[in-house]
Order: sequence, then structure tokens, then C-alpha cells
Amino acid sequence: MTAVATPVLAQPRRANRPRSKWWLYVVLGLGMIAMIFPFIWMILGSFKTTAEIRSNPLGFLPEAPTLENYTQLFGRLDFATYFTNSVIVAVFVTLGNIVFSSMVGYALAKLQFAGKKLLFTLVLGTLMVPGVVTFVPLFVLTSNLGLVNSYPGLILPFLITPLGVFLMRQFIMSLPDDIIEAARIDGASEWRIFLRVIMPLCGPAVATLTILTFLGSWNNFLWPLVVATSEAKYTLPVALALYSVGQNAAQYGLMMAGAVVVVIPVLLVFIVLQRYFVQGIALTGIK
Amino acid sequence: MTAVTTRAARRPPPSRASRKQTRIAWGFAAPFMVLFLVFMAGPIVASLAMSFTDLTTRDLRTPFNVNLVGLDNYVRLFQDERFVHSLLNTGVFVIVGVPVTIVLAMLVALALNTGINKFRTVFRVGYYAPVVTSIVAIAIVWKFILQPDGLLNGFLGVFGISGPNWLEDTTWALPSLILMAVWRNIGTLMVIFLAGLQGVPKEHHEAAMVDGANVVQRFFNVTLPAMRPTLLFAAVITGIGFLQFFEEPFVMTRGGPLDATLSSAMYTFNQFGFGNYSYASAASYVLFLAIVLLSLIQFRLLKKED
Repeated sequence: MTAVATPVLAQPRRANRPRSKWWLYVVLGLGMIAMIFPFIWMILGSFKTTAEIRSNPLGFLPEAPTLENYTQLFGRLDFATYFTNSVIVAVFVTLGNIVFSSMVGYALAKLQFAGKKLLFTLVLGTLMVPGVVTFVPLFVLTSNLGLVNSYPGLILPFLITPLGVFLMRQFIMSLPDDIIEAARIDGASEWRIFLRVIMPLCGPAVATLTILTFLGSWNNFLWPLVVATSEAKYTLPVALALYSVGQNAAQYGLMMAGAVVVVIPVLLVFIVLQRYFVQGIALTGIK
Repeated sequence: MTAVTTRAARRPPPSRASRKQTRIAWGFAAPFMVLFLVFMAGPIVASLAMSFTDLTTRDLRTPFNVNLVGLDNYVRLFQDERFVHSLLNTGVFVIVGVPVTIVLAMLVALALNTGINKFRTVFRVGYYAPVVTSIVAIAIVWKFILQPDGLLNGFLGVFGISGPNWLEDTTWALPSLILMAVWRNIGTLMVIFLAGLQGVPKEHHEAAMVDGANVVQRFFNVTLPAMRPTLLFAAVITGIGFLQFFEEPFVMTRGGPLDATLSSAMYTFNQFGFGNYSYASAASYVLFLAIVLLSLIQFRLLKKED
């Protein structure tokens, strides 16, 4: 019964079926190895002694795995402090961005007001300004406020980002106007609407914003480099960059372990939440 | 319809209701505005103002006690061979780095878009991983890979090639940093291109297939025209990013050897370190101007197409 039907149906399907894609997998696979190889080499290297890395650059697995690099990092070099600093700065920067971006995002997305267009143009305009333009006056300002080498000095300039505003505005715009109208008719104030109606619907946007700003703060380098003038306030990238040119520079194993401490937390977060990263790029990138 | 009601509400002398909404809206924007003016708009304007003065470290506590010098800083910058050299380096970095990144990211996106279902997420994670990690940390790892006795030369040694001291060689230092930057930026563009490829109408492809167009012809005649806005957007953001080239030379070469990797951002940072604040501000504005120019050129190209 089926024997009759199958050949007839199978014929055109076979002609249309895309050819085997095995070579695509091979090419993509090789490319991916090139992309992640430095990470793997870094992790394995962090368990090697410097002597081993030097004498056997092609060696892959550590001959005698050692935690020596990590104990030195957290003992002698005090990476625990820098880690804590990075976390503190990133947490406050993220909180600030969520609060301020969603407030101004709501106004830009759903309220009609004089000056709206100007405000939005200003925000978008600053997206193009490179970091080096603002850091000289920012340093003069921070210095005059007595905030050099302090947490407020590290945090304040990043409590708002144009990207955060843009992201929240885009998302809130996509929420239906009807629910806001309904709440207004029920007599809710704009603040109440914002807190009770809008914010509870902003989950995905807030998740994306949290990830992007936490990550941006964790990896931020130029400003902490300028404003953190003593080791007590170094963030991880600053500590790592400054140690990598000092006496420790020749200690390959130690530097690799330092890189692992900076990179692995965000890499793990990324692997778990990669969906939101892609969403974030799509939200900001395409229209 | 909404456009009409908006205009109607706005054009006549503002009614009480709309004035009230303006007040409420600015209430929402107020905390942002304060921070924005103090930490963003203010410094941007101050930087421009500073670039016309002779402000240095000694004036730090009294920033208004300085002299106007007009365009002196800018004139000096363009007579400063090191600065001009840093601009050229940055230019090479952008002109080589941006197209290479775009082409490679496009190839990856196309491959992922053509019927790769298994491991799609794995590939996406793998290619995007360099984007989310700190440049500083990654630069340190690359520095060891590129050491004279490092991984790359060890690998080349297997084939009997004795590689150069990549980062200490004036010929190879800049290409090495470009390679690293390309590696790091492929992921972002891959994601953007993947999203863009979804928007290419399937019917156009099918029509071209019926006409007997092969894969390459279909890419150039169907995919590429449809992707033009996405491509230009990618070129703009990658260009802006590459113009600000700083962390890589800071960690890996300090701008050396013999200024071969000195970027404009790096030069600005050095001048700031020497206490030449107004001079550094002027240098940063030249970079800003370059970014604006590049973006304008690219937007112009975009407009022409539409």
C-alpha cells in the first residue's frame, strides 16, 4: 500500500532536499575553536607554573596542576578586595540604570510633553561621544568634589547611560496604550500607573538592561583607571592591567589566573542567560 | 490618527491638561536630567571649552582661572608628529579592522542561517563569548599567545616557521592588535546580521532560485541589497568602536614599539597623564569629530539607498 505511494512522493522531495551540510558544521566548528581557544588555554594555563608555560608553550593539559597562582592572587595580591570593589560598583551602577532609565523611558514612550523631542535627541546624540571626550572634565569635577578614589567617584558617572534609556523607551513603547488609558480612567496617578502597571510588565527589558549594564560596569576600564588611585579602590580590570606591566608581568601563570577571575564570572552568566544578550542586541540594534 | 491628536493637543496654546502632563513627565525625567547634565552633557561641553584654554594640572582646583588660547591646542596637535602618527594608526586600525570583521561575521551568520539546526545555540555562544569578556583580561591572554616563546610561535615552529616577536616588531605589532580586535568583535556583528537575515523576504530567494541563480548570485542580488541598512548600521557601530581603540595597546604594547600601535585615544590618555588637560581635551575632540564624520558619511550612504 505504502509501497506504491512512497516512490511517487519521495521523488520530488529528494530533488528539493538541501544537500548535506556536514562541511558547514566543520567550518563553523573550526571557527568556533579559534574563538574559544584563548579561553581554554587561559583556564588551563592558570593551573600551570610559569616555568611550565614558558618551557612548553604548546603543552595543553597542566603536567602537575597547581592552585599556587590562585592562592598568590587572593593572598599576596589581594584580588578579593578588587573583586568586592567590582561587585559593589556594578551593583549600584545597575540599580541606578534600572531606576532612572525606566522613569525617563516611561516619559519618553507614553507621555506627551514639551521638550520631549529635544530630550530624546540629546540622549541619542551622546551615544556617539567617545569616553575619552568626557573623562578630562569628569576628572576635574570629581577631583573638585573630593570624590577621587571613592566609590561614589567610581559609580556616579555611570548611574545613567543613553543605551539604558533607549532600551527602556523602546520596550515601553511596545506596551499597549489601552492599559494605561484604562488605569487613567480608574483614576490612577501617572506614578501609580508607572509603578503598578508599567514596571510589572517590564520584566524582560529590565532583565536585559541588568545584564548589559552589570557587564558593562564589570568590564569598564578607562574611568576606574583614572579615578581609582590606590589599591584599595582598584576594580578587577584596573588591578589586572596595572599588575600586568609591573614585576608580576613575567609571571604568566599568575596573570592567567587573574584573567580567569575577571572573565569567568561573566562568561558563566552569559552562558546561562545568553538568550537575553541576543535580545538586548536586537532591541538596541535593529530599529 | 495619533499624530493628528498629538498635533491638535500641542499646537494651540497649551491647555491645562497638557501643561500638567508636561510637569509630570519632567518629574519622571528630573533625576535622569540632573545626572545627565552633571556627568554627561556638562563634561561634553566643558571638554570643548577646555580645548580652547591652557588648563593644566596646576589649575585643577581653580578651573576658571585659565587663559583662552583659541585654536592653539588644535594647531599644535596637527604639528605634533606623534599625534598625526596616532591618527594614522587609528585610521589603519579602522580601515583594515572594520571590513575584515564585517566579512567574517557575515560568513558566520550566513552559515548559521543556512539550515544549521543542531548546535545552533552552542555556535552562537562560542562566537559571542569574546564579546562579553573584559578586553583587559583577554588582552593579557593574547599577550602571552603572541610572546616570542608563546603559543603562536610554538605552533608555527611545528611547520618550521620561526615567527617574529609579534608585539615588539614594528611591522607586526599593529596587525597583531587588529587580529585580536577582529576576533573580539565578530560575535556582535554575527548577532546583528542573523537578525537582519531573518528580514530578507523568502519569496525573493525562491524567485531567484527559479530563475536559476546560484548561491553566490543569490547572495549578491537578493540578500545583500536587503541587508544594506543592517550592514551600514554594523559599519557605523564597529567604526565608532574601533576609533576608540584603547585597551588593547594599553595592556599589550603601551603604544609601542616606536609608537607603532599608538592610538589617538591612547595619545589623549598619555597627555592627560602628563597633566596637559586642555591639550588632551583638544585631542579627544579631534577623535570625536572623526567619529561624527565617519557616521555622517555612512548615514549619507544609507540615505542614498532609501
